[in-house]
Order: sequence, then C-alpha cells, then structure tokens
Amino acid sequence: MTDAGSSVQQELEQNPAGPEAAAPQARIPPPQSKSLWGRIIQVSAVPIAAVLLAFGVGSIFILGSSLLTGREFDPLLPWIAYSSLMFGAFGGLNPIVDTMVAAAPLVLGGLALGLGFKAGLFNIGAQGQFLMGALGAAYVGASVADLPTPIAITAAVLAGAAVGAAYGFIPGMLKAFTGAHEVVTTIMLNFIAAAIIAYLVAGPLGAEGFAFARTGPIGNAALVDVPGTRNLHIGVLLALLAVPIVWWILERTTFGFELRTVGANPSAARYAGMRPAVVTMTTMAACGLLAGLAGVVEILGVTGFINTSYGTSVGFDSISVALLGRAHPVGILFSAILFGAMRAGAPEMQLDAGIPVEIIDVLQGIILLFLAADILVRRLFRLRVAGTGVDELQTVSRSYGEQAPR
Amino acid sequence: MDVLYGIPIIGLIFQLIAYLIQTVPNIAPIILALATPIALGALCGIMNERSGVVNIGIEGMMLAAAFAGFVAAGFSEPYLPEFELELFNTTAPLLIGVIAAVLTAMALSLLHAWLSITIRADQIISGVIINVAALGLTGYLNRLVVTPNPRVGAGTFSSFKPPSEITDIPVIGWILDMFLDQGPIAMSVILFVITLQILLFRSRWGLRTRAVGEHPKAAETVGIDVIRLRYRNVVIGGIFAGLAGAFLTLEATSSFQNGMTAGRGFIALAAVIFGRWTPIGALGAALLFTSAGALGRAVGIRPPTDELAQLGQLLEGIPNEFYQALPYLITIIVLAGVVGRSVAPAAVGQPYERESKAT
Amino acid sequence: MTEAALAPVLEMRGITKRYPGVVANDGIDLDVRPGEIHALLGENGAGKSTLMNILYGLASPDEGQILIGGKPAAIAGPSDAIRRGISMVHQHFMLVPVLSVAENILLGDEPMANPVFLDRRAAHTRIRQLGRTFGFEIDPDATVGSLSVGSQQRVEILKALYRNANILVLDEPTAVLTPQETREIFAVLRHLTREFGTSIIFISHKLYEVLEIADRITVIRRGRVVGTRQPAETNEDELANLMVGRDVSLTVDRGESSPGDVVLEVDALRVNDDRGQEAVRSVSFSVRAGEIVGIAGVAGNGQDELVGALTGLRKAAAGRFAYGGHDLTRASVRSLMDNGLAFVPGDRHRYGIILSFPIDDNLCLNDYNRPPFARGIIRDEGAVDHWADARIDEFDIRTPSREVPAGTLSGGNQQKVVVAREFSGDTRVLILDQPTRGLDVGSIEFIHRQAIAKRDARSAILLVSAELDEVMELSDRILIMYRGQIVAERDGRTADREEIGLLMATGGRDERPAEAAEVAS
Repeated sequence: MTDAGSSVQQELEQNPAGPEAAAPQARIPPPQSKSLWGRIIQVSAVPIAAVLLAFGVGSIFILGSSLLTGREFDPLLPWIAYSSLMFGAFGGLNPIVDTMVAAAPLVLGGLALGLGFKAGLFNIGAQGQFLMGALGAAYVGASVADLPTPIAITAAVLAGAAVGAAYGFIPGMLKAFTGAHEVVTTIMLNFIAAAIIAYLVAGPLGAEGFAFARTGPIGNAALVDVPGTRNLHIGVLLALLAVPIVWWILERTTFGFELRTVGANPSAARYAGMRPAVVTMTTMAACGLLAGLAGVVEILGVTGFINTSYGTSVGFDSISVALLGRAHPVGILFSAILFGAMRAGAPEMQLDAGIPVEIIDVLQGIILLFLAADILVRRLFRLRVAGTGVDELQTVSRSYGEQAPR
Repeated sequence: MDVLYGIPIIGLIFQLIAYLIQTVPNIAPIILALATPIALGALCGIMNERSGVVNIGIEGMMLAAAFAGFVAAGFSEPYLPEFELELFNTTAPLLIGVIAAVLTAMALSLLHAWLSITIRADQIISGVIINVAALGLTGYLNRLVVTPNPRVGAGTFSSFKPPSEITDIPVIGWILDMFLDQGPIAMSVILFVITLQILLFRSRWGLRTRAVGEHPKAAETVGIDVIRLRYRNVVIGGIFAGLAGAFLTLEATSSFQNGMTAGRGFIALAAVIFGRWTPIGALGAALLFTSAGALGRAVGIRPPTDELAQLGQLLEGIPNEFYQALPYLITIIVLAGVVGRSVAPAAVGQPYERESKAT
Repeated sequence: MTEAALAPVLEMRGITKRYPGVVANDGIDLDVRPGEIHALLGENGAGKSTLMNILYGLASPDEGQILIGGKPAAIAGPSDAIRRGISMVHQHFMLVPVLSVAENILLGDEPMANPVFLDRRAAHTRIRQLGRTFGFEIDPDATVGSLSVGSQQRVEILKALYRNANILVLDEPTAVLTPQETREIFAVLRHLTREFGTSIIFISHKLYEVLEIADRITVIRRGRVVGTRQPAETNEDELANLMVGRDVSLTVDRGESSPGDVVLEVDALRVNDDRGQEAVRSVSFSVRAGEIVGIAGVAGNGQDELVGALTGLRKAAAGRFAYGGHDLTRASVRSLMDNGLAFVPGDRHRYGIILSFPIDDNLCLNDYNRPPFARGIIRDEGAVDHWADARIDEFDIRTPSREVPAGTLSGGNQQKVVVAREFSGDTRVLILDQPTRGLDVGSIEFIHRQAIAKRDARSAILLVSAELDEVMELSDRILIMYRGQIVAERDGRTADREEIGLLMATGGRDERPAEAAEVAS
C-alpha cells in the first residue's frame, strides 16, 4: 500500500522550500502588461504569428503539389491561390455572407471546445454532439414544418440543443463517476453517433417519398434570413450572441468560477465546497449544447435535412478554432471567422488556382503544429510574450489515468 | 440438447454458447486479422505510456503510415525488379511499402516526442494535432496523387497456409490455425507481443523504462538519461504504428480510403488500459474487442439455424449499424469499468524537466 | 566522532549559483574530512539543497570549483558523481514505489547476466550481504511502496552503499523519522564513518540533532556560509542566531489558555484509506473552545484520513463527530464550513491555493458564491477586491498587487494567503495540518502567533503536525496517534519529548525487536 513514504514524499514535493523552489517552476502565466492594447498583443501575438507561418509553409506545399502533378512551375502560384482564397471569402457581399455562414457553426463549435478547456476537459466529441444536435433539429424540424415559423424554429432549435446537451452529458457522467478520460470516450461516441444516424435516418426517422434515405423537409423551421439580407440566416446572429454570453458566464458568474477552478485545481475546488463531479457533468452538457447548436445552425440554416452519411468538417475544425483562439471567447470568434473564410473561399481557390480544397486541412494541421511548438514561433519572431494555451490547458493531460475526481 | 435450447430465455443463452462454439473456430483467423492493427497500435501505446508519454496520435500515425505504404508500394512498382517470393507472395513494392509505412510512423513519432519531451507541450494536444494533420495531409495527397491514378496499387501479402497436420490437431488446432493462417504482419503480432513482454519485465531496458515512467526524477538521480530513453522508446513505438498502417493497405486490403483507420488508434489505447499496460494483456484485450465485431459479421453470413433458430430470429432484429458501432461501444464500457482499477504508470502525461546539465 | 586531521576528501570553493531573481549560493566554501560527519545547517530556502545538487551533478555552479581528494573535478551528472564515490539520499525519496527493493537499489547499475537480461540472483545476494553488514534484514523482493518510511530510508542508504559511496550526502534525513528511528540511523552513520571511513554530509535544520551527531557544523544563511563550529564550542542559541541572523526566540510565548466548553467531539470514528483498509480505528477525543489540541505521530498513522474525515473530504466508515452536539459526520465540506470549520491543509498546493488564479480570488475561495462576493450567480468583483486588500494588509502578504497569480509568491507568502483566508471570520473549529512545513523561520513565527491569537479568540484548534517541536510548542494537550488509534494523552506543558517520541514509534507497547523485522515487511 502506498502509505507513509509516498504520501510524505508527495507532500514534501508539493511544498518546495522558499525561493529555491520558485526558480525552475514555470506553470504560472507571466506578468500581464498594463494597457489593454498591450494585453491584446500579448495574448494574440503567437496565434497570429502561427497563422502567418502556416501560410508560409503552405505555399511550399502548394508549389510542391503543383510540381507533383506535373504542372508548370509557377512561383506566383501560392500568391494566386491565397488571393483567390481571400477573394472567395471577402471579395464582395455574397462572399462575406458565405464566410459568416460558414463561420457560424465554427463559433459555436469552438466555444464548445473552449468551455471544456477552461474546465480541464478536452471535448473532442464536439463532432458527435454536432451530429446529434443536427439530427434532433432535422427530425423535429420536419415534424413541425407546418407550424407557424417562430414556433417551428424555436422547437427545432431547442430540440437540437437538448439532444446535443444529452450527448455531451454522457461522457461527462462517465468521467465524473468512473474517471474514463473524455478524449477517448468522446471519440468513440463520435463514431457511435454516425452509426446512430445511419440507422435512424434509414429507419424510423426517415421520411417517405425520397430517392434516398433522409429526414423530411423542415418547412417553416428553416432559419429565416436576417432582415434586409439574402442567405444570411439568423443562426449567424445566434452564434455571435453566444460569444459574449459564454464570456459573461465564465468571468462573471459563480458557475463560471467553479468551472475555471475545477479546471485549474480540482482538489482545491473540492475544499472550497465545490463538487468537481457535478461541474464536470454540467460543463460537458453545456459543451454538448453548444456543439449541438452548431449542428442546428447547419441544418436549419443551410442544408435542411440529414441523410445516412451526413458529416461535415465542423467537428474537427472546432478543435483548431478553440486552440487557435486560446480557449478565449473573443479569440474563438476571430479564429472561427478565419477558418470560415478559408472554407468559404476554398472553392474559389480550387477554381482559379487548381489547388484541391483539402489544402485547408493541411493548413489547419500546420497552424496547430506551430501552436504546439510555440517556442519556435516566439523565437522566430522574437516575441517576448506568453506562450500559447499550453498554460491553460495543462489539466487536460494530468487527468489521464487518474481516478475519478468524485 | 434441443431440450436445453427450448427453455424460455435461458435456452437462448445455451443457443448462444452453442453458436459460439460452432462459429469461433471458423472465424478465429479473422479475429486475429481484425485485431492486428489494434494490437500493434496498443504496443505503440505501451512503448509510449510505459515511458511516461501519452500518445493520442496513434490513430494519425497509423493513417499516415497506411497512406505512405500504399503510395510507396503502388508508385514504385514500375521501377522495381520483378520477383515474387513464395512466402506470403511477397513482392518488392510490398516490401518498399512496409518500409515506407514504418518510416512515416517513426517520423511522426519523432515529432510527437519532440513536442512532448523537448517542447513540453500538452501531450494530448500534441497527439490530437498529429491526428488532425495526418487526416488533412492524407486526404489532400489522396486527392492530389491517387485519385487521378485509380489503377495504382501493388496488391497485398497473402496468408500463410498452415499444413492440415497442424490445423487438424484436436482442441488446439483452431488456435494454431488462428495464428498461422495469416499474412506476415498479422503473424508478427504474437512475436512482438511475447518479445516485448519478456523484455519489459526481465531486461535492463525494461526496468529502466518502467522506472522512467513511474518516477523519472528517481531514474535521473541514478544516472539514467530520461530524455534519451523517452525519445528512443517513442520512436520505436512508431514502428508498431507503422506496421499497423501497413497492414491496413498492404495486407488486409489493397486500397486507401480517407480516414480508413476509423478509430482503431483510440481503441488501441483502450486495449492498453484494459491490458494494464502489458503487451499480453493488450493483445488479449484487442482480441476481445474484435471478436465482438467479428461475430457480428458471422451472424450476417451464417446465421444460427435449425435448432438455434430462436437465436437466429433474435439476432435478425439487430441492425447492421449496431455491429458497426459495437467496437466503439465496447471500448467505452471497458474504459468506464476498468480505468479506476487499472493504474497507469505514475508519471504518464507529465512533462519532465531535467535538472542535471548532463547531455 | 573521529578527529581526523587528514587532508579533506572533498572541497567546495567559492561555489556560486544564481537562479532568476535569487542567488541560491554565493561564494560558498566547504571542506569535508575523511570519516567526518559534517553538518550543513540552515533554514528552509537558505541554499543547502542547491549546494548538494551541485555536488551531485544535478546542477552546475556559475562560479567556483570542486576538489575531490585534492584534485579538481567537474561533475557532469549523477552517474559521474556516483562514479566518483558521491552518493545522495534525497529529502524526497527517489524510490519507485511499484518496483521492488532490489530493482530500486540496482537501477542504473544493474548486474547483467548477458547484454540484455538482468542477473537477479547476483543482485539479491549482494543486497542481502550489504543489509547484514549494517544489521538489518532486507527482503529484496518487497515492493518499496509497501514499506514503512524508516525502511524506505534504509533502502535509500543501501542504494548509496551498493555503489561504494565514500561521500554520502543525507538531505534532511530525519524529517520523517521518530526519535527512535533517528537514533537508529545515527548509529548506522557512526558505524559507517568509524568502520568504513565514509564521510557524511548531513543537511538539516534541526539544531539539537546536528549538535548531537556532527563533528563539525557549517551554517548557511541566504546562500552564504556564516560560520563553522564544532559542537563542543557552541549551543542551540548561537546556531539559531547564525541561521536566522538575529536573536530568535525559539518558542513563541503562548501565555495561558483557558479552555471553555467542548466544541468538537469525536466519538469512535473509523475511517478507511484509499485502498479500503482501516486507517483510523475508533478514535475518540474532544477539543474545547480556546484550546489547542495537538496530534503527534509519525506520518502515515492515520492522520491524513482523520483530517480528511473531519474536513468532509472523506466519508467516515463508522462513528461520529459533532460541533457542540450537532452531528456533522455526514456533512459536506460546504456544510461544515457553514458550521464554522476552517482548515489549513497540509498539501497547500493541492488543496489550499490555486496557483494560476490571482490572489484576490484565492482569498475568498471558500465563500465565492455567497454575499458579499456574489449575489445569486453573479460575482461582485468590487467586494472581492476590497476584501483582498484588507487581508493583504492585515496579514502582511508580500505581493506587488492583488491580481498576480498566487504561484508567483514565495512559499511563506502563499501559506499566509491560506492562513489569511482561513483565519478570518468567526471560526468555531480550526484544523491545522502541517501548517508551517517548508517555511522560513519568520513565517513560522508569524503563523504560530496567529494560531495562539485564534485560540485566545475562543476557536477550538486541532493541530496535526509531523514536527514534534511544533506540536509541543503550541499544544495545550497532546494526543499521540499510532496505527490509527490514539494511544496516549499528555499535558502540553509538562510532556516529555523522549516519552512522546517513544509513544509515537511504538504506541506504548515494547516492540523493539520487531522494528528490525519491519524492513522486511
């Protein structure tokens, strides 16, 4: 039994003597600069640098790919590719609308992950929660398609949010009671969600009279456009609203305080009278709700139905969005817009420059790589600022292999 | 026998047992074949976690290796001498493919090691990054390079056919058949498992690895180079992930699909935990996980009939998608039931700060 | 106690080591003679551990030189140090709990049957031999995690001897031992120096021990050597003065206490440990208002579990405890605090403070969701700030601002934050668990004075500490805990240190012969 020896050892290790101890440690965030601008730069310098570097490396990829496919070597190719990307994203009213529409589910998905990070949870299951939320919205939407629009929309949105929340609650409960780490359980649930959708859409939830298995038309449950615009559905507003709401919850409410405390130090949280198990479950449910809303927004705002093999990149992209945004609601907003822009502009880039849209996935991976290796980024740009979310996100790995927080 | 089967409810259990006894020997080789990528992925996971490094990126490594192996084999075919060994029908491109797969996975492992050990990034995030990057890169390159050349492919290794003298041995014949009626990579699994098990607990390397995974500070104070040991183990672990990937595109099938690993890398992690971080335990776990899925398929192909008809009717109602979801479901159940009781190496997941200046 | 006048076997000259923001070692000179026990005395944070880390190759000096046997040596790392005959037994044991005694001892220096596989038999033989030379039986296959602290320490020493150490560094070796175990280890050390000529560097902050065992004493303060003495020509007061730099009252004037009614009553409490084994076996005692009750005992005899149950972090298996008759055995942490419980945890980084949160949040951590810090679910930042400023002032917490993360404070100031939070307000029951561990003398003094003040303010205080001195200094009554039971009670003023030490080690029964066998258990 690990008794005297190791408990003393552990305790002694946690209380290193005076000034000597302060020396080699470093998990504490460095001193904040005084002005608001200063702080903004401190926080966003590395992510911005990472993105720029990634685009740089991306150009090498683009050039390399063009050689591989036997095309003529054109050193301007990356420039053509990136400018058509930007043009496709921002070059006019319609592209901007497309960008915002693509960004909306990413904002919600990114918030879903970011909220989890703050609580020390890595919610990779956003993909599965997204799918379930989409399913809920699609099915209920089809069921209420003939009701008056406000009622139909509300019902479908609530349904999607509820299903998403439930699907997020499951891994939260598993972690709280059994200690099963959410990274693996949520990934499993992602696959299970796909199977559930395949089964339900082909079966009980499918609609009659279509050439392939799918849910019914959502009629009045479709998200209306923002008055005065075309194709800019109100889901975008919902996503934008979510940002200040989530921020406010995190920073100004007792629930947010509990969430952050459990994320920073679950043992101290217990002694402050909090219950980490409850916080874990509620947080995962909240994450599921947000990711479910992302699915709702996609279905009710864009596609309108689900088929048996429904899937988007939103789940994956949300991970990058949250990491790039350093788990902060405002950062997530900007990251989501960036990724939304990339997704929206990619078809234009494929048209003009002949680069397959999948390059966006590659760019994403490279951005993440630079985020993780932020030391490199800082040295390259000689930035004397904080590192990336490594500080905030350290509880994630710590809980791997530990017993249930109880 | 029929009397037993006829008992309401309990009779179904007898029918199930009878069905299992009937079918498992027939599908035994398939069970090991299906378990191979998971078992190999688990060996990679054990190499990592026993040294104290969490590796969520096994999935990405497998996928990248699968792709690299496939492409290397397929595209090198015209440039290589033509020969075909009788053993496993090995050809030069296949060998090149395996090498390419292993090297790719080792490279990604090196990246993970660098991020986790030197940069000291959060290890789970490092793993996720590898997964995302691998998925994106393979998807992109697939579209770029493979899709325009649909005929490219180097075929697969074929299985060794054990002589009937062995498979006919009563009682254990089917077990021998299971391990011998396999392609090269699947057959190598049992070899690796036994070797690693012995080395981990009886060799100097194994002792030092375990010490580093439990209490790296203690290891350092007796002069062990924690950093180098971790780097080495993580990169060697990549070999197993590479073989797993090679298996998927060069032995089990002869094509590549985006995302074809389908979560096997994560199921491998669950196998590691279930097997208590031992190679033999992980193999057992992998076999267990995949037999469920294999049985599901067997039910589809040869459903229980005649005296087992009742069971057949019951099983008919289960949709295919359930079998699809079964491995993932089992993984969750295993994790939920076992994690609390299975103790990970104490230092796993914690970045290590070296105090000594020794290089 | 040899009087070797031979040339020094080890010399450290002008050692300087700087860390960001602090000079840990500043021009330190130290010499050690063969067969000598040389004590390094200094309070926590003075620089002793850094110096020894440099000797052992775990750190490199910025300036200065090390000479071994008269020749300059650049020590590249622990294996180099070991090769040169330097071995170190660390304050926090460097043992791997899940491995066996043999595996721990030979780790890094394994006997090989062939290039790959270990030669277990050779290892076992050698280890048994070593153990017998020093008079303890050792079971090479026992799992280290299951051994007692004293046994684990012996394994650590065997580790050093296995590598033929002739300079042995012991870092705070008696921190976790009872007086009896301390005496035993001292006997081992004397045996080593007399029979084998081993030189020993003995790091400690315990004055009387150092006076007892050392041949020479070097005092370090704030990274500098402030004096070297022989025990015969000095005393505790002078050493304390050297250690701290001023006259230090080694005891706080605790005045008279006048206990009132019983506040905390514990009745036949049973608590299990993490493995489900019984750690607290029917413990009963009471604490009155205005009284300090101290629990003395070697760490690991159930104190953690007892404290856990009394603070709501663990569920008691049986029995009850109550505040003024109000049964709170099944109460949650929250409800205990509502009933007037305050708690200074033994593991402050784990339970007491959130290192990455600002100080002001830490100061109101327990009441974050009640007025004035929150109305409903909305927090009131202004109230938090106001409260924090007042506490920082009152408890003299040294910090540039209330917003900085708590992790940037020194250990002493971090504990002050915990104390400031817990000592404020009306406290019926105050539980102190290792309240001054790892702190400098100034902070220790401060916290002791605060505890006395709380006592005078009518709190019922339960003190649990592995530092017997602290227990004896502050307690009105002392309870000795052994293997989960309270085996004796003594009056705090008249208690005899020796007797308490004996009770701590044996529980009141004569178990001497069994002690030797404990290593094997």
